Amino acid sequence: MNPILRTFGLAALGALVFIAIGLVVPAWFLFTMTKAVGFGLVALGLVGLLRGGLLSFGQGLYYCGGAYVSGLMANWAGVTDMIVLLSVGCIAGGLIAALVSPLVARYRGIFFAMLTMALSMVAYGVLTKIAAIGGSDGFNVPKPTLLGYHLAETGFGLYAIAVVIAALAAAVCRVHFDSGLGLIASAARENELRIEYLGASVFSVSTRSFILAGGLAGLGGTLNGVALGHVDPFFSYWTTSGEMVFIAILGGYASVTAVFGTALVTELVRSFSGQYFPESWQMLLGIFLLLVIVFLPRGVGSMWAKPAKNHAIRSIKEPAT
Amino acid sequence: MDLIFTILLDGLIYASWLFIVALGLTLVFGVLKILNFAHGGLYALGAYGAAIAVPFFAGLGMPEWFSLLAMFIAAAAVAILIAPLIERGLLRYFYGRDEVLILLITYAVFLILEDVTKMIFGVNPYYVFEPRNLLGNVEMGSLFYVGYDLALIGLAIVCGLGVWFGLNRTRIGKITLAVIKEPEVSQAMGVNIARIYLLAFGVGVFLAALGGAFTSPLISVQPGNSVSVIVVSFAVVIIGGLGSIPGAAIGALIVGIARAFAVYELPEAEIFIIYLVMVAVLIFRPEGLFTPIKARKI
Repeated sequence: MNPILRTFGLAALGALVFIAIGLVVPAWFLFTMTKAVGFGLVALGLVGLLRGGLLSFGQGLYYCGGAYVSGLMANWAGVTDMIVLLSVGCIAGGLIAALVSPLVARYRGIFFAMLTMALSMVAYGVLTKIAAIGGSDGFNVPKPTLLGYHLAETGFGLYAIAVVIAALAAAVCRVHFDSGLGLIASAARENELRIEYLGASVFSVSTRSFILAGGLAGLGGTLNGVALGHVDPFFSYWTTSGEMVFIAILGGYASVTAVFGTALVTELVRSFSGQYFPESWQMLLGIFLLLVIVFLPRGVGSMWAKPAKNHAIRSIKEPAT
Repeated sequence: MDLIFTILLDGLIYASWLFIVALGLTLVFGVLKILNFAHGGLYALGAYGAAIAVPFFAGLGMPEWFSLLAMFIAAAAVAILIAPLIERGLLRYFYGRDEVLILLITYAVFLILEDVTKMIFGVNPYYVFEPRNLLGNVEMGSLFYVGYDLALIGLAIVCGLGVWFGLNRTRIGKITLAVIKEPEVSQAMGVNIARIYLLAFGVGVFLAALGGAFTSPLISVQPGNSVSVIVVSFAVVIIGGLGSIPGAAIGALIVGIARAFAVYELPEAEIFIIYLVMVAVLIFRPEGLFTPIKARKI
C-alpha cells in the first residue's frame, strides 16, 4: 500500500476514534482537549524545527499572529466560518514566519532561540500599545460557525474540527518529514556543511521548516482564540512560547502524534496545579523539563542522545576576550 | 544641545547597569560555553536580596552609608548561596553537550527560580529608597541628576576594569584564560577545571545579583521583570559578540543610548528599539561587532 495513503488512512481512523471519544466525555474535558490540540499544533511545528536542529523560543509570535488576524477578521468582516478562519490564521502565521525567516534562518542554536524570542517579545510589546485592537486586554472572538451552521454550546463541534485538523496536520507532517526535503532537514542537524557540499541548501530547508512551523502555530492560535472566545497579547508572551517548547521537548521529535498527548497532559496538569498549587506552575514545568532531559534523553530525542562532544574541540570556536 | 547631553547621560546611566548584568552573562558564556537563561532570575534575586539586606542592616543601627555596602553583601550572598548549587549541582553534568540542551536546562532553572522567588518573597512589591537618597543631587548644566545614578556609571567602570584586571593580570585569571582556550590541555597541566568553572560562574552570578541589587532603589522590586533582563542583556552581548568584554561595553553603550534617544524623541519605539538595533547589527555582522570571523567546522 502506498505509504502516503496509509498515513492519511491512519489519520482518518484516528480522527474517527477521537471524535467517538468526544461523544462520551464531559464538556470540560472536550474544552481541555480542544485547547491541547491548539498547543499541540504549535508544538508540532516546533518538532519540525527540532528535526532540523533548530529550537525556537518565540513560536508565540506566529501563534498570536494567527489568533489576532483570524479574530480581527471575525470581528471586523463578520466572518465566523471555521474553515475560512483556520485558513486565514494558518496563512497569517506562515506569512509572518516568511517575513521573519530571512533574518533568523541564518542562525543556529542559542542565537536562533534568543532571536525568535526577542521578536515575539517585540510583538507582545507592540500589541499591548495598540489601543484600536484592545491593547493589553485583547478582544473577544465571536462564536464560530461551520458552513452556515452554529456550533453546539457543548463544544463538541469545535472539538471535532480540532481533531480533524490535528489528524490532517499530523499526517501532512509525517509525509513531509519522511520526504526528501524532510530528511535533508534531519541530515542538516547532524552536519550542515556536508549537506551543502552534497548540493542541498540548508538555508532553504531551515526556511521551509520555519514557515511550516509558523503556519501550524497560526492554525493553533486561531483554534485556541476561537475556543477561548478571547485573544490578548499574552499569546505572544515568552511563557506561552516556553510552554510550547516544553510540550515539544516532552513529545520528542520522532513522532508526530506524541505532541498532542503531551499537550493534553500538560493542560491537565496545569488545570490541576492551578487548583491545588497556584503560583507554582512554572516551577512544575521547570522540574518536569529537567527530569525529562536528565532521565528520558531518548524521549527528548536522539539529537541530544548522541555522545558528549569533546569540550576542547568546541572551545576553539569561542575565543577569549 | 541640552537635549543631546541629557540623552547621552541618561543612556550612559542605563548602559551602566546593562553592562554590569551583561558582563556576567558574557563571562559565563566565555568560560563555560553556557548561555545562562537563569541570569535574569539571579538578577531578580539580587534585587530582592538588597531589598531585604538594606532595611536589615539599618535595623542593626548601622550608619546610612552602610546601605551601599549592604547591597554588595546581598549580591555576594546570592552568589555564594546559589552559584555552587546550580553549577556543581546541575550544570557540570552537561558540559560539552549540545548548547541548545544546556539552554533548555538553564531555562528550566529559570522557571524554578521564578516561582521559588515568589514563594520566598511573595508577590507584593518591595521598595528600597535609602541608598538613592544617600548621594544627594548633582547639578549639571541646567539639570539635576541623582548622585546615585551617576555613581552607577562608576560602578560599571569598576566592574569592567575589575573583571579585565582579574582575567589578564592575576594568576587565577591567566589560568582561566588558558581554560577558555584549551580545557583539556589545562587539565593535563594540572589545572583544577572544576574550580575555575565554579569561580567563573560565581563571578557571573555575583554580577547579575549586583546589577539587580543596585537597580533595586530605582524600581519597585516585584516578580516579572527578570525575563526582560535576560532578553535585553542577551541583545547587548550579541551586539558586541558573545564572550567579549569590550564587546559587552560597546553593546551596552549602543543599546543604552539608543533607548535614551527613543525615550526622548520616539517614545512609541522605546520597547523595541533595543531589538531593532540588535537586528541591524546582526544583519551586517552576524557574529556581533567584536567577534573575529571563524571558520566553519566540518
